[in-house]
Amino acid sequence: MTKQIVSMTVNGEKKEVLAEPRELLIYVLREKMGMKGPHVGCETSHCGACTVEIDGKSVKSCTMFAAQAQGAQITTIEGLGSPDNLHVLQENFKEHHGLQCGYCTPGMITRAHRLLIENPNPTEEDIRFGIAGNICRCTGYQNIVKSILSAAAEINAAKEAAQ
Amino acid sequence: MKDEVTRDERVSNLKGLGCSRKRVEDARFTQGKGNYIDDMNLPGTLTGDFVRSPYAHARIKSINIDAAMALDGVVAVLTAKDLEPLGLHWMPTLAGDKQMVLADGKVLFQGQEVAFVVASDRYIASDAVELVEVEYEELPVIVDPFKSMQSDVVLREDLDPKAPGAHGPRKHHNHIFTWEVGDEEGTNAVIDDADIVAEESMYYHRTHPCPLEPCGCVASMDKVNGKLTLWGTFQAPHVVRTVASLLSGIEEHNIRVVSPDIGGGFGNKVGVYPGYICSIVASIVTGVPVKWVEDRMENLMSTAFARDYWMKGKISATKEGKITGLHCHVTADHGAFDACADPTKFPAGFMNICTGSYDIPIAYLGVDGVYTNKAPGGVSYRCSFRVTEAVYFIERMIEVLAIEMDMDAAELRRINFIKKEQFPYNSALGWEYDSGDYHTAWDKALKAVDYDGLRKEQAERVAAFKRGETRTIMGIGLSFFTEIVGAGPVKNCDILGMGMFDSCEIRIHPTGSAVARLGTISQGQGHATTFAQILASEIGISAESITIEEGDTDTAPYGLGTYGSRSTPVAGAAAAMAGRKIRAKAQMIAAYLLEVHDDDVEFDVDRFVIKGAPERFKTMGEIAYAAYNQAIPGLEPGLEAVSYYDPPNMTYPFGAYVCVMDIDVDTGVPTINRFYALDDCGTRINPMVIEGQIHGGLTEALAVALGQEIAYDDMGNHKNATLMDFFLPTAWEVPNYETDFTVTPSPHHPIGAKGVGESPHVGGVPCFSNAVQDAFRPFGNRHTNMPHDHWRIWKTANDLGMHD
Amino acid sequence: MIPAAFEYYRPSDIAGALSVLAEHGDDARVLAGGHSLIPMMKLRMADVPHLIDLQDIAGLKGTTIDGGTITIGAMTTQHELINDDALFAACPIIREAALQIADPQVRYMGTIGGNVANGDPGNDMPGLMQCLDASFVLVGADRTRTVKARSFYEAAYVTERDDEEILTHITFAASDAGFAYEKQKRKIGDYATAASAVLITKTAGKVSTASIAMTNLSDVPVLSEAAAAALVGTTCDAAAVKVAVAAALEDIDPTEDNRGPVAFKMHLAGIIISRAIARAWSRA
Repeated sequence: MTKQIVSMTVNGEKKEVLAEPRELLIYVLREKMGMKGPHVGCETSHCGACTVEIDGKSVKSCTMFAAQAQGAQITTIEGLGSPDNLHVLQENFKEHHGLQCGYCTPGMITRAHRLLIENPNPTEEDIRFGIAGNICRCTGYQNIVKSILSAAAEINAAKEAAQ
Repeated sequence: MKDEVTRDERVSNLKGLGCSRKRVEDARFTQGKGNYIDDMNLPGTLTGDFVRSPYAHARIKSINIDAAMALDGVVAVLTAKDLEPLGLHWMPTLAGDKQMVLADGKVLFQGQEVAFVVASDRYIASDAVELVEVEYEELPVIVDPFKSMQSDVVLREDLDPKAPGAHGPRKHHNHIFTWEVGDEEGTNAVIDDADIVAEESMYYHRTHPCPLEPCGCVASMDKVNGKLTLWGTFQAPHVVRTVASLLSGIEEHNIRVVSPDIGGGFGNKVGVYPGYICSIVASIVTGVPVKWVEDRMENLMSTAFARDYWMKGKISATKEGKITGLHCHVTADHGAFDACADPTKFPAGFMNICTGSYDIPIAYLGVDGVYTNKAPGGVSYRCSFRVTEAVYFIERMIEVLAIEMDMDAAELRRINFIKKEQFPYNSALGWEYDSGDYHTAWDKALKAVDYDGLRKEQAERVAAFKRGETRTIMGIGLSFFTEIVGAGPVKNCDILGMGMFDSCEIRIHPTGSAVARLGTISQGQGHATTFAQILASEIGISAESITIEEGDTDTAPYGLGTYGSRSTPVAGAAAAMAGRKIRAKAQMIAAYLLEVHDDDVEFDVDRFVIKGAPERFKTMGEIAYAAYNQAIPGLEPGLEAVSYYDPPNMTYPFGAYVCVMDIDVDTGVPTINRFYALDDCGTRINPMVIEGQIHGGLTEALAVALGQEIAYDDMGNHKNATLMDFFLPTAWEVPNYETDFTVTPSPHHPIGAKGVGESPHVGGVPCFSNAVQDAFRPFGNRHTNMPHDHWRIWKTANDLGMHD
Repeated sequence: MIPAAFEYYRPSDIAGALSVLAEHGDDARVLAGGHSLIPMMKLRMADVPHLIDLQDIAGLKGTTIDGGTITIGAMTTQHELINDDALFAACPIIREAALQIADPQVRYMGTIGGNVANGDPGNDMPGLMQCLDASFVLVGADRTRTVKARSFYEAAYVTERDDEEILTHITFAASDAGFAYEKQKRKIGDYATAASAVLITKTAGKVSTASIAMTNLSDVPVLSEAAAAALVGTTCDAAAVKVAVAAALEDIDPTEDNRGPVAFKMHLAGIIISRAIARAWSRA
């Protein structure tokens, strides 16, 4: 089928690519835009390794055609922090051993990022429910939950200090 | 020279053994900058994709590739006929059998590789797969190993039914091997004469390691230089290089195998799969790189199942509960090809550790391997070669014996544990346990959970249930496990003839930093962090100044890879030994610089000091600089070392686990209220990493015990090929774990470490299962098979009349 | 897992979507959140040569509460339903049920329209809509009609909707009845092993109205009028619940799958329904 130009804003940068309608967003992000942080795990929208943020929503990008994201604002793990200035979630995942093989991590952190925007004071239960769309095979989640709780506390402390 | 830093600070600056050093891997992983196989993007790479069999057993009448080849962008469609002239239509398995790379005349399991499409991108490849026309003639399907051994249907027509297999004579055309250990006659005699005998049959269901990243590779044949490079998800890159060389005829120095970052392995990435072979051939044929990455369904259907053991046990004891003998027979369903990943001399892995943590004077184990129309594999899923099955078996037999004797299962364990003073302990089935202190661990665990209080609470709950006041019951799951890891001594452990040593090579740079390379490969265990800690303590250079590299066969020394919890026991030991070689040379250099005799200096944290005059010293940094830049009589320049470590024995980590669970008998839903895990992995290198390994292993144990399975219907159709049906728990289903430890170092390991990655899985599975079964014990349960998913738990309650 | 090629359309109004449907009939499908359809396309179990993405059609989004009538646009996501406080005030069972659908990411994308229109017996909203006695607005090229949720489902994936129609809105009456959506599943992300939606109103200590529906216990959602009738006029005591459950079980026909055999599902259905009744009654 004919390729179309698909444009979207990814991590603040406007991107245009030529894509067939059936091209999945995850592959377009990874292979045509160089955003290799989101990964392919299950391909049936169960594991969440491909999670990115689209227009304020956490989305499994393996279950979305790139064409659907025409005009969207997308944030991937690459947009959350930089080597010199890690996002507080990235810092806390490192600090609390919230990852092992690292394959689920970009999706997990991207999801946690959205979760904390919507619920800045989550309980442990809120976090477990809120990341239940992201499977981790390595950590057993305990340290992931700890990392997110700690990040939330740090974000809130910084907000308070700023006031 | 003035030293402003205290000795304690110098120790802490090393970030050596015993500290919870933060992981160096995490900077890239948290930023999405890992480099996994599917991140490889060489210019001009073609995509490979498989046509797979929809049938579990069928003859292939014809394969027509014309329509697929006619599709724009399709470069090749390989079938067995194309591989045959190269001798690559079949390949050897790790277990001494052979396996079709592409279906040769027939297919033997659903999902088997039939043809390999090579196209310019994944979209075209996927379309071309649909266009390959394969005509099948269905054959009778056998999914039950017991029926297989009775059936006239010959599954493996390629094998001479009368010829012996890789492990001796075969009893039937669908039989693979018989493996026997121990004294059957003597064991039977003891059991026949015993006061108490408990018998039980149990099925350890088929499951799958299912790492989040599936298997894949990129093969690139450089025809100009004659070099083949193979990047892929390999837990044992050197083994892959050797196998690739033997199969392809390309000399081993012309093959480079690289494992980039691996997104979890758990045993799935030990084997050599048809995708690797086909990619290599396709790259040789086309002269450009070829990438193959399986999808999740392919992963669950065709690569590396685990378990599938039908185990039958008899255990005897005195009236006081002292175990006198153990008899175990296993019917092992290996699927269509025997592709188990076990050391050659152990066709059932280390199943003969099935006497567990108990002093059992006489025992027998017999295992029969059988072919069926299921996927091949038989890998060690977060376990050291069938130790998971062995521990499950003995921990269930102990529970069944406790039921038979109407005895408390914790007490029964206590009176049968191998005693501290019995180590090194020679088991009835041939292992020498290196060290242990089981009673101390058990007492600590039972005290931590207030075991007596739990039993009291349970009794009250049973009474309340019987009075009709509640519909939930309470289970207390116990398990005490002894692992057997660190395969292994070359004298008895090899895979395809390759001895299972491992290796480390260190180079200290002139300015006092270092690079160390090992034969292993991390899949999330954090080797880059923890191996540097071992080296830091051995050579006195901060872990922060040591780069660890693994996984590139062009640079790393030969080693057998990472699985079976062997990295710390074997490669970790190699690291320590290589470090000691560095230290020995450093001592000579220090003595020269300090103008004293070699014996007059001693190592102190990060330096050599003159004995009795610690203010006179040379730091490792100074020594390194001198090693390169100062002419030292009698010494070569440089500071490097390599160690190939052949362990004298396996290591035997152990642990005591307790799970407290509620079960709703009406819905079959279990709720885990508490899980306590005490692990003794000997010397602890990084407590943070150990704890992480335990959380992860317990969660995989929860999954296996409570729902994760690979099941087939009678037609051999795979029933669990997506993550909807293959149970991987989310954060919502998983509890918080309490971790604890004792430390009983291994006496033969250079730093006393034993390995921990698999212990929580090995000990966790029986603990979760025992919790479910213990809940039903007061109502008459003796044994029910895993997985304990909702309907099977409900069925247990139903069978016990609890819904009447 | 790559779907077969297709033409992609993204009309900005219903007329545009309808014209593609009219032109391609069976060969065209509308795409809402896509979390049922796209996996089926990737597995090549759904062949969709023409895919019509509805996301740009403004009129399909959002919820209005007008007097006692709630109207929800088909493209309203589960996430939006959950976070809509006015909707929660007017009909709290929606949030309770939506929270039990799939996982957070899927709920951001999954829509109520897709959930009810797809005809998947595993979906939760169809049973809930039957419980609420909702109506579905179907728009075709030359007519707009309303079909009751209770008569919409014919068989698995077969509904009253014609291929050339689009389900645009869902309407139902606000409900301050005692409510419960009870669901058992193997894990987050799974379909129900058994689920039940119950609404009960109470007058003078007795059940004045009741509505009981079930999910994934037949090839279509099932509303049990007999079960509801068994409760009306009672104090929702154990005996009444028992009769209601027995009546509900008469109306379902579960099949064996990986979640368990029929005997388990029948037993579990009884437990789930009775728990839903108990919770709804406690809130009535």
